[in-house]
Amino acid sequence: MTSEVYNFAYLDELTKRMIRRAILKGVAVPGYQVPFASREMPMPYGWGTGGVQVTAACLMPEDVLKVIDQGADDTTNAVSIRKFFVRTAGVATTEATDQASVIQTRHRIPETPLTEDQILVFQVPIPEPLRFLEPRETETRRMHALEDYGLMHVKLYEDIARHGEIATSYAYPVRVEGRYVMDPSPIPRFDNPKMSDCPAIQLFGAGREQRIYALPPWTQVVSLDFEDHPFTASKADHACDLCAAEDSYLDEVITDDRGGRMFVCSDTDYCRSRREAGHLGRLGAPYEEAAP
Amino acid sequence: MTPVVQADALSGGFADPPVQAARAFRAILSAMARPGTICDVAGAAPPAPLSVGAGVAILVLADGTTPVHLAPSHDTAAVRDWITFHTGAPLVGAGQAVFALGTWPALAPVDRFAIGTAEYPDRSATLIVEMPALSAQGARLTGPGIRETAQLSLPEVAAFAANRALFPLGFDVILTAGDRLAGLPRSTVVEAA
Repeated sequence: MTSEVYNFAYLDELTKRMIRRAILKGVAVPGYQVPFASREMPMPYGWGTGGVQVTAACLMPEDVLKVIDQGADDTTNAVSIRKFFVRTAGVATTEATDQASVIQTRHRIPETPLTEDQILVFQVPIPEPLRFLEPRETETRRMHALEDYGLMHVKLYEDIARHGEIATSYAYPVRVEGRYVMDPSPIPRFDNPKMSDCPAIQLFGAGREQRIYALPPWTQVVSLDFEDHPFTASKADHACDLCAAEDSYLDEVITDDRGGRMFVCSDTDYCRSRREAGHLGRLGAPYEEAAP
Repeated sequence: MTPVVQADALSGGFADPPVQAARAFRAILSAMARPGTICDVAGAAPPAPLSVGAGVAILVLADGTTPVHLAPSHDTAAVRDWITFHTGAPLVGAGQAVFALGTWPALAPVDRFAIGTAEYPDRSATLIVEMPALSAQGARLTGPGIRETAQLSLPEVAAFAANRALFPLGFDVILTAGDRLAGLPRSTVVEAA
């Protein structure tokens, strides 16, 4: 039920217009971080204030919203944001990826392929891929202007020199349409290939850092690598212990203090739909409908 | 004597701004993210010669922080009053405009408009170009947002090709005809069909 005391989707219209203009400029220059006047939201920084503002600027009453946190629909962050928009925008919600029109995500891209009718909104903590290499905003801005990305390749090279391979496992930098180097947000590098040639619109919001950026559909997104050390999308070398999926990104769960562990799909909707379809993993029990 | 604002200028805005603006923005986002796609919009009833599509784009995107330039084709008292009343946007010359509104011939020469800077390519103008009609025929489009190729009835090719050559700088374009609109971001490669 919508709360009458809030404007539709919480933000005032002036704020939404400002965010919408930033989103359109982001779409026009894929991978470029557009500054925007991020508002204080009724949740702390780090809980998705950027993503929430982008979602609020995009939502229509007809939308069906899905919110995930590390792939899960049922964790605190996801539940809170979903409730926030049910209360302030009155939108329908779902946990099923293929039913959603807008998906806000923290640090995962769903396993189920996205479609042309969907918008994926990422929550981004540090939007600047060069920030840990060069702390000065004036310098990183100039580096983007000059396409001066040598420093990033040095960082990846040092990974190889030290670990024998590129050890960056999440927030793995990408190059968009051969121009801007972009932080894909802290998604596992397993998800990087899903960004390229994706049918859905991908929008990124960083609230504390006040940046919005975007990938239109069918945009070429390449993970940075070297000819002799090509990019690989890595995951735990196991099958899901609940649904037996071998193609999904897995979380490792410690189950006791004697070295017991299990691997489960990080995407809870994907795992559920596979168990519903009868797939059964090493530790899985046959799927039963949850009691109402 | 204070100029009198015609009563017409006070009507023709959104009846339910949060919801109508949200739907219209999604159409504009869809158009800009998928060049060549033509979207329907509704909700504005601006004075002639402003089309519904251009009126909606102005209502959704313009406000007191976004200077608007009116090309001679649209620089009438009725249009000025309507935009000023509904958005509060200052009306300015081409060089300072965040949005520019007019027919393609009236907007020429388009190199007057802001194209952003190397460090802030977002500080560029968006041209709202009023067209007699829009159809998925004509110039060949490729680039981000387009799976293989798309076609769109653009007023010309050379100016858009020159704009693309400036990438990541350049202006972005919303084409409007009646209650339909299409987007042409600077990232799109435009060639004669």
